[in-house]
Amino acid sequence: MKVAFFIPCYVRAVAPQVIECSLKLLRHLGVEPEIPQGQTCCGQPMGNAGFESDTKRLKQRFEKIFENYDLIVSPSSSCVAYVREHYGDSFKGRIYEICEYVHDVLRPVSLPGSFPHKVCIHNSCHGVRLAGLSSPSEQNIPYFNKLRDLLGLIKDIEVVESERPDECCGFGGLFSVEESELSVKMGRDRVRRHMATGAEFITAADSSCLMHQQGIISREKLPIRTIHIVEILASGL
Amino acid sequence: MKKIDYAKVDWQDETLWLVRGKRDRLAKSLPEWEKLRDAASRIKLYSTSHLPELLDQFETKARANGAIVHWAKDAEEYRRIIGDLLQSHSVKRFVKSKSMLSEECELRPYLESLGIETIETDLGERIIQLMGSRPSHIVLPAIHVKREEVGALFEKEMGTEKGNCDPTYLTHAARKNLREYFLSADAGMTGGNFAVASTGEVVVCTNEGNADMGTSLPPLQIAAFGIDKIVPDRESLGVFTRLLARTATGQPITTYTTHYSAPRPGAEFHIVIVDNGRSRILADPEHRKLLNCLRCGGCMNTCPVYRRLGGYAYSYFIPGPVGINLGVMADPERCKADLSACSLCHSCSALCPAKVDLAEQIYRSRQHYCSSAKKKLLSKGMGFVMGAPWRLETTLAAGPAGMKALKALGASWGKGRDFPDIASQKTIKKLRNDK
Repeated sequence: MKVAFFIPCYVRAVAPQVIECSLKLLRHLGVEPEIPQGQTCCGQPMGNAGFESDTKRLKQRFEKIFENYDLIVSPSSSCVAYVREHYGDSFKGRIYEICEYVHDVLRPVSLPGSFPHKVCIHNSCHGVRLAGLSSPSEQNIPYFNKLRDLLGLIKDIEVVESERPDECCGFGGLFSVEESELSVKMGRDRVRRHMATGAEFITAADSSCLMHQQGIISREKLPIRTIHIVEILASGL
Repeated sequence: MKKIDYAKVDWQDETLWLVRGKRDRLAKSLPEWEKLRDAASRIKLYSTSHLPELLDQFETKARANGAIVHWAKDAEEYRRIIGDLLQSHSVKRFVKSKSMLSEECELRPYLESLGIETIETDLGERIIQLMGSRPSHIVLPAIHVKREEVGALFEKEMGTEKGNCDPTYLTHAARKNLREYFLSADAGMTGGNFAVASTGEVVVCTNEGNADMGTSLPPLQIAAFGIDKIVPDRESLGVFTRLLARTATGQPITTYTTHYSAPRPGAEFHIVIVDNGRSRILADPEHRKLLNCLRCGGCMNTCPVYRRLGGYAYSYFIPGPVGINLGVMADPERCKADLSACSLCHSCSALCPAKVDLAEQIYRSRQHYCSSAKKKLLSKGMGFVMGAPWRLETTLAAGPAGMKALKALGASWGKGRDFPDIASQKTIKKLRNDK
């Protein structure tokens, strides 16, 4: 089976360690993904801003790059959900967010490593409500959280969730610059709720939410930091 | 860009989150909650796709019950029908309960221009009327007003004690004050939460009893509702009454659920059925599900943007996720700027009791209308950079300096947030080749 690794543009730009840890994790679990050349962006930022029509060529390029793979794995629930929703049916059963893939398909029963810290999960909007990584707080369905399940495989970690566990952090792609004041306010509120749990780290499956919150944390010199979930999962590899 | 009122933002956010919390507790106490939402969505879709039959059936039943039925194609006809009715009955004083349709059709200013004294009898709506303002929320119209402000307002308008802003005291004062109007009104009016086709009943859900007070004495009663309020029968009505109050205010059911079918002895009962753009929404497959909306306000209480901005930040009289969508359908040029007031978190879609695809519709409307020139510039710029791998690499090679060069982006991001470090091409190449 040919597996491709899709690197979202902002992960390429600001979170190279997420690429490194994702690959380590997949290889440890027996999957050797290829990284096809020529990747840029799935088009989500433009689509969400209202310019999906400008992304036709981007989509064609994306489809061509990934057409010969049986499976595509990516460390971004938001981009994965976008491809599922706005690309052809050929992608629907073929593209996975990495936590979803590890949790649902590879199903490891243990992972090496210890992470002796208190970690608060940032349940990202698209992770929860589009990619199904955890049960949305709005709905009356039994609680589940794939990120929590995976973090539970790591020794010595303490995993918590904040009050308003899946409220938006205010990133929202170009929302963060078009409505920057509001975006920062939402982010500050979200970071403070994470901090109220006493956690040392905020973790998520989306680097975009983490980048936005880390920007606020750095500016305000707050005693908490962000870490992508694959960095924790690969900490013993 | 939308402005934040820092004096009220946290208070308003917490207040509305409390309502969402009450809703969550009740929603999670019913094992069949998600089935109810599913049923509500399907019944609404059935009803709006069978409007001619259901509305005909409603009219036939209502007439048989002794009501007089009027049809209004738009706001102007709605105002004229009600104005003519009131004038032909020599109505001088008119009491009404809360009706979003009357706000939509701007009924009160019209009636006042005819010299008819029109009194809002819902407490929140009355506060808003006395303030000379407009509702900031469709279920909790005065949610943005602090009790100190209500105390000062009532002191001026009703002569309450100076500085007394005890909610119970103020409520009693309003109750006493409104009673005079109930006793002396020449006509009373309600909106309609639901219209039952099989029985010809208009169903009104309230908590204060003001609708019932307003319709129990005057010789003329009017009920007006939009064509989207039709439900097939009482059995399907039960699905909605179970969802409505739980979602809207976190109550199992509203204090009063009144079925109006026939006129009281000696009185007249008029029903006005209004389109005002609804059939145009029905004709648009991208937005059709907007007609599922129960006007419960649940999407407002859960919206992280609405909770922080409040209702007055929006252009349309209905704010929040459903208001953004209804506004763009009603008057796109005036309301398109509101499309920016959404981070696409999808909480509204996940919560809506009738499963209106609120966030998805905002996404679709953004494809037709642009909320700001700045966003267009950024999106076009980003699209260009992403168009070829070398362009992306060249841009990133410039690092944060390159990002800051995009002045608009730099200025907006940098206010309140630090820039992330940009990974070098060397790092990325190494990662690609490492095994």
